[in-house]
Amino acid sequence: MAADAPAALIEASSLTKVYERGGGRAGFTAVDGIDFQVRRGEAFGLLGANGAGKSSTMRMIACVSPLTGGGLRVLGHDSVTDGPAIRARLGVVPQDDTIDGELTVRENLLIYGRYFGLSWKVLRERSTRLLEFTRLSDKAGDSVSTLSGGMRRRLTIARALINEPEIVLLDEPTTGLDPQARHLLWERLFQLKEDGVTLLLTTHYMDEAEQLCDRLVVMDAGRIVAEGAPAELIARHTSREVLELRFDRLERQTMTDRCRGLVEHMEELPDRLLLSTDDGEETLGAVHRRGVRPVTALVRRSSLEDVFLKLTGRSLLD
Amino acid sequence: MDTLVRAFSAPAFRELGYWLFRYRRTWRGSIVISVVNPLLFLAALGLGLGTLVDRDGGAYLRGDSYLEFLLPGLLVAAVMQTTFLEAAGPVMQGVLARGNYRAAASTPLSPADILHGHLMYWTLRAVMNATLFTLVSMLFGAVEASRIPLLVPVAVLVAVAFATPAAAWSVTMTRPSQINSMFRFAILPLYMFSGTFFPIEQLPSWLWPVAWATPLWHGVDLGRTVALGTATPLGTLAHLGYLVAMAVAGLLLARRNYRRRLHV
Amino acid sequence: MTATIAGAPAEIPRRPGHAWTMVERNLMIYRHTWPVLLAEILEPLLYLLAFGVGIGTLVGEVPWLRDTAITYPQFVAPALLATAAMNGAMNETTFNMYGKLTTDKTYESILTTPMSVRSVALGEVCWALIRGTLVTTAFLVVVSALGLARLPAALLVVPSALLIGFAFASAGLLTVTFLRDWQDFQLIQLVMLPMFLFATTFFPLEVYPPFVQVLVRALPLYHGIEIVRASFLGTGGAHLATAVVYLAVFGAVTLAVAVRRLERTLRT
Repeated sequence: MAADAPAALIEASSLTKVYERGGGRAGFTAVDGIDFQVRRGEAFGLLGANGAGKSSTMRMIACVSPLTGGGLRVLGHDSVTDGPAIRARLGVVPQDDTIDGELTVRENLLIYGRYFGLSWKVLRERSTRLLEFTRLSDKAGDSVSTLSGGMRRRLTIARALINEPEIVLLDEPTTGLDPQARHLLWERLFQLKEDGVTLLLTTHYMDEAEQLCDRLVVMDAGRIVAEGAPAELIARHTSREVLELRFDRLERQTMTDRCRGLVEHMEELPDRLLLSTDDGEETLGAVHRRGVRPVTALVRRSSLEDVFLKLTGRSLLD
Repeated sequence: MDTLVRAFSAPAFRELGYWLFRYRRTWRGSIVISVVNPLLFLAALGLGLGTLVDRDGGAYLRGDSYLEFLLPGLLVAAVMQTTFLEAAGPVMQGVLARGNYRAAASTPLSPADILHGHLMYWTLRAVMNATLFTLVSMLFGAVEASRIPLLVPVAVLVAVAFATPAAAWSVTMTRPSQINSMFRFAILPLYMFSGTFFPIEQLPSWLWPVAWATPLWHGVDLGRTVALGTATPLGTLAHLGYLVAMAVAGLLLARRNYRRRLHV
Repeated sequence: MTATIAGAPAEIPRRPGHAWTMVERNLMIYRHTWPVLLAEILEPLLYLLAFGVGIGTLVGEVPWLRDTAITYPQFVAPALLATAAMNGAMNETTFNMYGKLTTDKTYESILTTPMSVRSVALGEVCWALIRGTLVTTAFLVVVSALGLARLPAALLVVPSALLIGFAFASAGLLTVTFLRDWQDFQLIQLVMLPMFLFATTFFPLEVYPPFVQVLVRALPLYHGIEIVRASFLGTGGAHLATAVVYLAVFGAVTLAVAVRRLERTLRT
């Protein structure tokens, strides 16, 4: 690790992104003056619904999208003036697989490495190692069209590591993957983290954020609405448990009304009712005593989903 | 006759409706390919190159001007080319996993209905393109107005004769590069060496039987003899027989291939 | 694995952002798909046979040429070569590049590396030139074998084809920044086909009335054909300077504007 390494690898201050719209209409503000810092070696998450500004933030950090306002320092460099120098030390895993469909699995790694100016000799050795790391060795000579979704994502990760980056940016790394593929990917990302690589990822999956992130910010409509470690956020913003109730469609309104006042915070969703409580079983008893007859009732631990719901008033996946 | 009526039954018209609806979006682009391009060829070659040919090439053309000679051949060749492009790419795309043929096949439409509906669309397009092209070339003085009612049906017959085998073949294809190869290695040589731009008698004599065997030559020669008023009963019959046989054989093959590809 | 990924000093990138890596990528792809280049020389050869030989007999000798020994096939062959150089280069920066910009999103991932938009653009133009040169050289070999080119003067065709390729690869690059969808390729056709047909490919300039001659002389392909035809027939002279300057300036200006427009499209 370099001695002059700054305390924060990524430092955003009043970071703003406005997309121009034609015809003299007002621009669309995707990122609205956010501040945050990412430290060396941590896994940092940007959590939010679609359109919250996560990907725009990510693209600015990757130095592929110019800032509209504010400041952004990455690896001690100014992102506006030192784009190429920063990009040389980043690994990027974009949301859509942008693997080169005309090249084989291994050729993808080789050519991508050439864009960094690495020699063929180094690349031959590194690509072998990275294919092993991402469990793709036996696919090396195959066309990428034969890969499954999970394999494609792993190849994208191998590609992002070809320049031995200090920071890896992952935009929705497991979206669209089946559970098995997700777990394999998480396991590889853990390995990277243990190796000391700083990870920055966006996600709209709560479980992913809880599993992978040391720290995260919750974004909504281009702003940061909360920041902290997952457990910390849950403790700060919600109760210990949540009681989920579903009703028959015809009775829903009456039943919901009967539950009012039972707990301090109640969330009404189109399909269910969420009651925040420290003891779910006890609250369920209270619900029954009021003559409320839910079709199903479920007691569970509070999650980041509840934090998000409380802070933004909406669900993550809609 | 009865089978024919049943074949082109109401469901086929729904498929036709789909293609016509889509055409509202794409007609500008397709006018360029199907009408403007051949007109440019006609202007550059018929008028420009014609200046050179008519100086002393008249003998080879039996006294007609190069423009008059070129027009019927170009009409037939252009309609063939457009029809191939319309019948090959869209059919291949249609039958792929996310194609519109798949969507149609999950409705009460049968594979034959889909084929017949699409064939009606190609026929309709050929009528439009041939009419438009001949009307504009009338302004060039390339053709007499009285010949147009005969010339357009010839072009449409050629279109159908090429559409059905093209559809039969394309429905079994999976990659655009296959269509491109067919265009480059088969359609383009046909376009240039079937007597479109020069009488095939200019080729070495051992190549004449090859030219006589190609379908486009029959179309071009039929069109040309009709346009220049030199048609003979026997020749006309032979040309018509060849083209009709090709259309019918293509149709039968296409019906079989459509069924096999869409009802797996 | 552990040691290196954990941040052992990374090898210092030797040639970051070099446009040549774009060419390397394309070469790697063409290792699998080189037969498409054969198909590309087929088209001009077909034209040469149909027009040079078939129509050639109808035409006889070409009027208005100072050298009456020049046959019609000799007249048409260089024009078809110039057109092949144009199409080879322009297809690469329009059709292929549009696919990479939209469907394949090839540049999106390349631009996350130290590569700059300028390097990507220059690399693609460079590749288009190499491809165009391969096709035209192959065509030259064939027509020389047929005795339609006067060697060794005809060897000047190679640099001429490079110049034509540069002009049209750049023009293609500029065009691609304006395209909205695949349908727009019809509009390109609408410009390219008449240019091909009217830029003295099949008949000399003198066929046109004087005011049309002025229009034809404004076409970039006309100048490309002038240069190649002069090299083919060994009739080069000072008048070719205009053509060379025209194509060089045309290529440089379109390239400069294209790179600026691409910067704006790709870095949003």
